[in-house]
Amino acid sequence: MTDSEKPSRRMFTASAGAAFAGMVLTACGPKRLYEVPQHKLKASIAEMERRYKEQLGKDIQVSDQGPMPGVHFAFALDISRCIGCRRCVYGCVAENNQSRDPQIHWIRVFSMEKEKGVDFTHADPYYNPPEVPEEGHFYVPVGCQQCENPPCTKVCPTGATWAEKDGIVVIDYDWCIGCRYCMAACPYGARHFNWKAPTIPENEINPHTHYLGNRPRPKGVVEKCTFCIQRSREGRYPACVEVCPVGARKFGNILDPNSEIRYIIEHKRVLVLKEELNTVPRFFYFYAT
Amino acid sequence: MQPESAVNSIRMFGGFARGSLKLILRGNRMYWTWLAFLGALIVSGALAYSRQVEIGLGLTAMRDQVSWGFYIGNFTFLVGVAAAAVVLVIPAYIYDWKPIREIVIYGELLAISAITMCLLFVLVDIGRPDRFWHLIPPFGFLNFPSSILAWDVLVLNLYFILNFSVATHILYRAFHGKHYIKRLVVPLVLLSVPMAVGIHTVTAFLYNGLAARPYWNSSILAPQFLASAFCSGPAILLIVLQVLRRFTRFEIQDAAIWKIAELMAYAMFLNLFLHGAEAFKEFYSNTQHLLFTRYWYFGVGGHHTLVPYAWTAVALNLLAFGLFISPAARRNFLTLNIGCLATYAGVYIEKGMGLIIPGLTPDTLGEIYEYYPTVTELRVAAGIFAVGFLLFTLMLKVAVPISLGEFLDKKEAAAHAQEVDLPCTV
Repeated sequence: MTDSEKPSRRMFTASAGAAFAGMVLTACGPKRLYEVPQHKLKASIAEMERRYKEQLGKDIQVSDQGPMPGVHFAFALDISRCIGCRRCVYGCVAENNQSRDPQIHWIRVFSMEKEKGVDFTHADPYYNPPEVPEEGHFYVPVGCQQCENPPCTKVCPTGATWAEKDGIVVIDYDWCIGCRYCMAACPYGARHFNWKAPTIPENEINPHTHYLGNRPRPKGVVEKCTFCIQRSREGRYPACVEVCPVGARKFGNILDPNSEIRYIIEHKRVLVLKEELNTVPRFFYFYAT
Repeated sequence: MQPESAVNSIRMFGGFARGSLKLILRGNRMYWTWLAFLGALIVSGALAYSRQVEIGLGLTAMRDQVSWGFYIGNFTFLVGVAAAAVVLVIPAYIYDWKPIREIVIYGELLAISAITMCLLFVLVDIGRPDRFWHLIPPFGFLNFPSSILAWDVLVLNLYFILNFSVATHILYRAFHGKHYIKRLVVPLVLLSVPMAVGIHTVTAFLYNGLAARPYWNSSILAPQFLASAFCSGPAILLIVLQVLRRFTRFEIQDAAIWKIAELMAYAMFLNLFLHGAEAFKEFYSNTQHLLFTRYWYFGVGGHHTLVPYAWTAVALNLLAFGLFISPAARRNFLTLNIGCLATYAGVYIEKGMGLIIPGLTPDTLGEIYEYYPTVTELRVAAGIFAVGFLLFTLMLKVAVPISLGEFLDKKEAAAHAQEVDLPCTV
């Protein structure tokens, strides 16, 4: 062996080692949807659709529509209009393929007494009178507040949940390990866990889904409101906005100066829940009248 | 390494492993009854857990409102137990107090068992145990440093590796009649002090950092964790040491036991003081955040499930403090053992259920869901405790004879006889 051969062999061994390590890293490496490159995302989604077909015997379209540039979603809810009918709750369940048994509701409506004001310690989420609205009561629906500073994404040990560029906080259901740390961290009870395998009657499954939103979820993972990402990214209103019979729910692009949501924030008395926690919600409550 | 010496080490390790196995398989009737009892609990736990995996965590009493329960409570308590080693290391090294030095290794074995149980409790609590590898880079992704849970995964595993290597090294060397390598062991043992404080602090921060839960979001939480940990770990150890003294030739001076009991009295005083400070702040300022403390001690609106536990814990902790602070009582083995049991039970209640459940009840939107563990949870938890006790028993079965010099490689030992004085004295 000559001296000139020595380094080249070492080089060869080193680069072979590096190449092998690289191969292992790409093969077994992170498969979080968060960092899957565009061209691979298509393949992952085709795989999801195939799997759903196999499991549910039904064609489910999974959209990979990304955030639109210059769009930042926000929501406003008119407390003075809400009548507590819970149509938003069930509209959301149907649109977003939430489990019917065990029951999962992304939106919860709280009945509050006018005398006590917005006070959750005296609120009742299980109100069941023959007719709403009840005398002396008002209603506060609560879902994900799509925080600008979300405590839930910060704590996730596997990085399975994050805020998208348009402000929607999403979960990768294939990466979540179900530790429920995010549920402990969320100040709004907006995150829900699949304590058992979710069940939805076959004819009630909404086949129009998004990979970060309402596609069917497995047992043992967390899920939450996504501002109906499958609709809002197509320029449509979330299901709860459409279904509200009194027009209490407003939704739009906060970056568009001519939007309705912008008008409300600039001209109405708006409030956010638990402002002191500095979560900076993109979900505003207001009194229009 | 030279090939001959590699072969030699394998052969030497083979001898150690075979010898250990022989020791484990030898025992009297009581030993086997104990193992059978633990085995039965493990089987029952495994069956309950396999059903939980099949059906889902819906078999537990946890729900969206109270999303952590008995499993995470036990996890938190056991992180505290893992501190036992440290309580021994501090007096042994800082004050160079020999009687305790001889038993540091048992503290380490206890730490190994406790951390194993901790990791198992986390494993049974997660909804997708099949995906645990998502936490392990490069296959997965560990959200470090953002997630405190990621920190906890790191420090717990490091602490485990640290204790495991030190204990194995000491015993392995002693088996071959050699003294452990001081340059290696002493720094590692000293490192275990900040590490133990680290696992406690990180585990406290896990809860502490959540602004959504005012009961946890109090800066007194980490110090209080440490204080209660320095009570519960030694409480177990004191009982174990007495059992060993009774059933083996193992000797431990009364002075060492009394010294540990004295340290426990100070730790318990701190624990009670910190609880008192927190209670004062909550009750005197009387904000909406008082609700959680009130739920624990008095119940809220007809929901009183935890109240008896809360006061039992207070009473047991006070009792333990009283017994350990009085020199006469801690020198009397009856009252000493009552004190140990009271400490163990008191801290178990306050740090398990007493920390987790009121932290989550009422939930963030004011709803009260009364959590009480189901049979599945109790069976799985009993199974995990049995795994921990089994591991501890088997490790003691090997460690005690080695440290007594009853079990060693005769040939080698003779060769090194002159360098050995007290094989297990760290």
